[in-house]
Amino acid sequence: MSRVLLEAKGVAKHFGGVKALRDVSLSIRQGEIYGLIGPNGAGKTTFFNCMTGLYVPDGGGFTFDGAPLHADAPHQAARRGIARTFQNIRLFGNMTALENVMIGRHVRTGAGVLGAIFQTAATRAEEAAIRQRAIELLHYVRIEDRAGDLAKNLSYGDQRRLEIARALATEPKLLCLDEPAAGMNATETAELRELIEGIRSDGTTILFIEHDVKLVMGLCDRVAVLDYGALVIEDVPAVVQKDQRVIEAYLGA
Amino acid sequence: MKNGRFFRSTAGVMAGAVLLLVLPFVAAMGGQAWVRILDFAILYVFLALGLNIVVGFAGLLDLGYIAFYAVGAYTWALLASPHFGLHLPIWVILPIGAGLACIAGVLLGSPTLKLRGDYLAIVTLGFGEIVRIFMNNLNAPINITNGPQGITLIDPVAFGSFKFSGTTEIFGLALTGPQKYYYLLIALCVLVVIINLRLQHSRIGRAWQAIREDEVAAKAVGINTRNLKLLAFAMGASFGGVAGGVFSAMQGFVSPESFSLIESIMVLAMVVLGGMGHIPGVILGAVLLSILPEALRYGVGPIQTALFGRLLVDPESLRMLVFGLALVLVMRFRPAGLWPSPERRRELEEAGQ
Repeated sequence: MSRVLLEAKGVAKHFGGVKALRDVSLSIRQGEIYGLIGPNGAGKTTFFNCMTGLYVPDGGGFTFDGAPLHADAPHQAARRGIARTFQNIRLFGNMTALENVMIGRHVRTGAGVLGAIFQTAATRAEEAAIRQRAIELLHYVRIEDRAGDLAKNLSYGDQRRLEIARALATEPKLLCLDEPAAGMNATETAELRELIEGIRSDGTTILFIEHDVKLVMGLCDRVAVLDYGALVIEDVPAVVQKDQRVIEAYLGA
Repeated sequence: MKNGRFFRSTAGVMAGAVLLLVLPFVAAMGGQAWVRILDFAILYVFLALGLNIVVGFAGLLDLGYIAFYAVGAYTWALLASPHFGLHLPIWVILPIGAGLACIAGVLLGSPTLKLRGDYLAIVTLGFGEIVRIFMNNLNAPINITNGPQGITLIDPVAFGSFKFSGTTEIFGLALTGPQKYYYLLIALCVLVVIINLRLQHSRIGRAWQAIREDEVAAKAVGINTRNLKLLAFAMGASFGGVAGGVFSAMQGFVSPESFSLIESIMVLAMVVLGGMGHIPGVILGAVLLSILPEALRYGVGPIQTALFGRLLVDPESLRMLVFGLALVLVMRFRPAGLWPSPERRRELEEAGQ
C-alpha cells in the first residue's frame, strides 16, 4: 500500500491568463482508490489531461512507476500503464462494443501490416486472443449481451461501462475515471461502486474525479481537493470532510 | 442454409471470374481502343484502392495522390528507356518505384500529420503540384526528366522474353498488347483487393478506424496516431508507385501533363463517389468514372450526327458537364457514395443530422 505509483510535482497549466493548475503536487500510492474533487472549473480534468499527455504542462511534471512521464505523448502514457475514461464519454460510436474493447488491446499487441496481409499463424492467434480478452472484459463489466451493438446505441450507463472496459483492455496500472457516476441514478451508482472496488481488488490503482461526495467519501482511501487550480488538501476522507478550507471551497463562504 | 450460401457465393465468384476473363475479348470486338479503355479502368481501380487506404481507412483527405503515381511512372521511365540507356527488369524497377513513392509518402506525411480535413487537403494538393512542376523543370542543368517533352520509347512490361507489348499467340489464341496488360492489371488488382480486405479487418485497420472516429480517444487508448497515419500515407503511396510504373510501361511515354491536379481529383472522386472505405464501392466508383466518360465520348458524337446531322455539343465538353452533374447529384442524394460500407453510411448520416 505504501509504494508511490504516480507522483505529480509542481504541475502548472495555464490557458492564456487563466491559471487552470498552479503548482499541484500530489502522490498516488499503489493499490489505493484516490479521489480528486473540487468545484466546477477547479482544474480536475485539466490535471487528468496533463497526466495522460493530452496537454503539455507549463511547469512541473509527473513520475509514474519510477520513471518520468513524457509530456505530449498520450499513447506512451497508455503504454506505460495509465488508462482513462472521459467526462463526456468518448467511445468509437460507429464501432461495436466488442470492437471498442478490441481497440483497447492495440497497445498490448503487435501484429503489423505484413502479418495482416499474409495472415500469419501468429497474427491469427493474436487476433483470436484480442477477441477473447475483449469478450471477457465485456463480461467483467456485465455488458456482454451488447457486444454486437454499436457503441453509440448503448444506454448511458452501458456506455460508461464500455469505456471502463476499453480502458481495462490496455492493462493499466492506474485507471483514471473522469466523473464516472455523472448522470447515474442511485442504483447505477451502487453498481459502479461495486465495479470500481472489484477493479481495485484485482490490483489496479484507481484515480477518479467525482462530484458525488457520498460516493467519494465512502469509496476512496485518500482524497485530494482542488480549488482554483491549486491543491487545497490531500488526506483521508475523514480529515478532508472536516477541513474548513474544503467546506469554504464548496459552499463559497 | 449455410451450404446454399456457400455455393451461391462460390458460383458468384466463378461467374465474376469468367466474366473478367472473357471481357477483353468482348471489348476487342469493338476495337482495341475499348480494351485500352478497360485497361485504364482497371488501373484506376488499382489507384483508387491505394488511395482508399489513405482516405477511406485512415480518413486523411489527400488531394495530391497522383504525385506518387508520377514518382512510380518516372522511376520506370528513367530505369527502362533509352533516355539513360538503362533497361532494368521489372523485378528491380517496380520495387524501386514503390519504394521511392513510399519515401515520398512519408516525406509528405510527416510534416502534415497535425493537419486535418481541409488543411491537409490544401497541403497535399500543393505537394502534388510541386511534384508535377518538378518533373517539368528537371531538364536543366542536368537533363533528368526531359522536361515537358517527357520520356519516350519506354520499355513495356516483360517477364524474361515474354513482352506485354505487341501480339503473341498463346494456345492458338492471339493476344494483343492491351489484352495482355488487362490480365496483368487484373492480377495486380486482385492482389490489392486482398491486401485492402485483410488490412481492414486487422489490428491496424481497426486502429485506423478508431483514429477516424475519435483521434483523442484513439490516443488515450495508446494508439500511436502519428505512426499509423504515416503508415497509411506510405502504403497508399506505394500502391500509387506501382500503378505509375505499370502506366508508364503500358503507355510507352510519360510527360508531366499526365499528372495534373485533375487526375488527383478524379481518383479521389472515384473513392468518394463509390463509397469511402468500402472496397466494392471504390471499385464501382473507379470503373464508372473511368468508363463512363469514354462511353460518352464514343457514344455522344455519333448519336448527335445521326439525330441532328451535325455536332451540336462538343463531346469533350459534354463529358465534363455530365461528369460534374453526376457528382453533384451523388453528393446530394447519396452523400455516403453509391455503394457505401454500413459504418460509413452511419457516420455520414450522423454528421448530417
